[in-house]
Amino acid sequence: MIHGTSEIDLPLWRRIWLHIVAWVVLAFLIAPILIVIPMSFSASEYLDFPPRQLSLRWYLNFFQSVEWMDAAWVSLRVGLATVLLATPIGMAAAYGLASLKGFAVQIVRALLIVPMVIPVIIIAIGVFYLYAAIGLINTLTGLILAHTVLAIPFVVIIVTAGLSTCDMTLEKAAISLGANRFVAFMTVTLPLISRSVLAAALVAFITSLDEIVVALFVSSGEKSTLSRRMFSFLRDQIDPTIAAISTLLVAVSVLVVVVLARQSRATAR
Amino acid sequence: MTAAPNSGLLASSSRREQRQLLGLSMPALILIGIICAIPVLCLFWLSFVGPEGFTLRNYARIIENPSYLAIFKNTFLASSVITLLAIVLGYPLAYYIASLPDRTATLCLALVLVPFWTSLLVRTYAWLVILQRQGLINQALIELGIIDRPIQLVYNWTGTVVGMIHIMLPFFVLPMYAAIRSVDRDLLRAAASLGASPPKAFWTVFLPLTMPGLLAGAMLVFVYCLGFYVTPAILGGGRVTMVAMKVEQNATIYSDWGAASSLGLVLLVLTLTIFFAIAGLLKRQAGTLP
Repeated sequence: MIHGTSEIDLPLWRRIWLHIVAWVVLAFLIAPILIVIPMSFSASEYLDFPPRQLSLRWYLNFFQSVEWMDAAWVSLRVGLATVLLATPIGMAAAYGLASLKGFAVQIVRALLIVPMVIPVIIIAIGVFYLYAAIGLINTLTGLILAHTVLAIPFVVIIVTAGLSTCDMTLEKAAISLGANRFVAFMTVTLPLISRSVLAAALVAFITSLDEIVVALFVSSGEKSTLSRRMFSFLRDQIDPTIAAISTLLVAVSVLVVVVLARQSRATAR
Repeated sequence: MTAAPNSGLLASSSRREQRQLLGLSMPALILIGIICAIPVLCLFWLSFVGPEGFTLRNYARIIENPSYLAIFKNTFLASSVITLLAIVLGYPLAYYIASLPDRTATLCLALVLVPFWTSLLVRTYAWLVILQRQGLINQALIELGIIDRPIQLVYNWTGTVVGMIHIMLPFFVLPMYAAIRSVDRDLLRAAASLGASPPKAFWTVFLPLTMPGLLAGAMLVFVYCLGFYVTPAILGGGRVTMVAMKVEQNATIYSDWGAASSLGLVLLVLTLTIFFAIAGLLKRQAGTLP
């Protein structure tokens, strides 16, 4: 891959402003996240930075609170269920459309990404109204179904990208040797796209974990997700417990970036 | 000739197979229908039904009521400012990362991706901590002697816009970076060899070539901003109202489903119009390029 166009005949002094702007913007992006981490280890009730005394009291506050643990447990269950639903459903759609062409296929592709385009507040109040009518308010089932729909577009896009780099003639070879299509997919194609599927599952989990607006409407009390509880907390007060939870969530996002980077490097190969 | 009947058999089985393959999308489509289409249709119906049957009152109120107009104006203004800032800050960054050697580029991309994958709430909370009265910025400004009492940086539009730019920037930088990477570098060399100065080559060759990526990223940011709820709700501290927040208030605080649904549908139509207008523009542009 050839890099380095921008330096075409450009003397260094003309590029200095570019260095400065770029690193200022990068600092703007990363600094707020880095600031939260030391704050979570502060012993003080007030958010002083840098912390004068270190302690784990806010982590203890989180892990010893029944409400926070309940919320984390709800988020974990809803997130895993969303992964288990959205991944196969989205993967099936992506696989089916991968080898097809035509107008109908384009329409189906467009419909599959609709949940990504509609402002989430509209899905939230619409789902709230529908769930109130059919008794799904404040149930994990309702939350899981909504999160699955929000995650499907991401799964479809990621698995489609994975399939586009995968050699489909291998599956045809397996079929011609007598395997039925399902067996051929499971034993030949799925291992080939496994990293994309893993990435899709991860993104589905994050979609559910970070989702707030739908959860705000259809879950409350002991059915609150972690994000929903954090949101109502932040509206009222700035509690350092949130810094501890935030640090844990940043660790999750760093993990996601590492896993996805490995996945995309494998696809590029 | 044994090939002819054989190929006929293949064609018919392949048509059945095509239907089966299309059928694999059915579970996804059914779920999307139940969770997206039915609720939106419910909202559509609710927005036209009053106590005495069919009514246009809900939509008339949006046009006539100055407070609703002000909310739309503020939402559009804030979204435009954030989109412009995302372009001004994001384009140089994407350009810079694309010009780096692989290893450094990966590091810089990670600095964009970690915030991208970090929970919205975490980032909103971080800005609350930084911008509040005893926050880092106020502390630093007081210690430097620039101000002598804390200034109000959050729970207003300033804080809201700063937090939203932070959340939106990766949405612009990532597609922009992909678009810049895909530009054919030889075209720039050609421009240079024909006598264009570097700035001229940039403005007349490079920028137009990356325009589709710029438009796509800007559209993404603008459309997300229009429907944004969480960050303005927290960083606005009740002094900022965007359309999505008014929708939420109408539904939960006032239980006024006519007002909530009509406002939500206007937001939806605006969002989809902008989305398809720019997507169509990009498609037409892509069609004219070789």
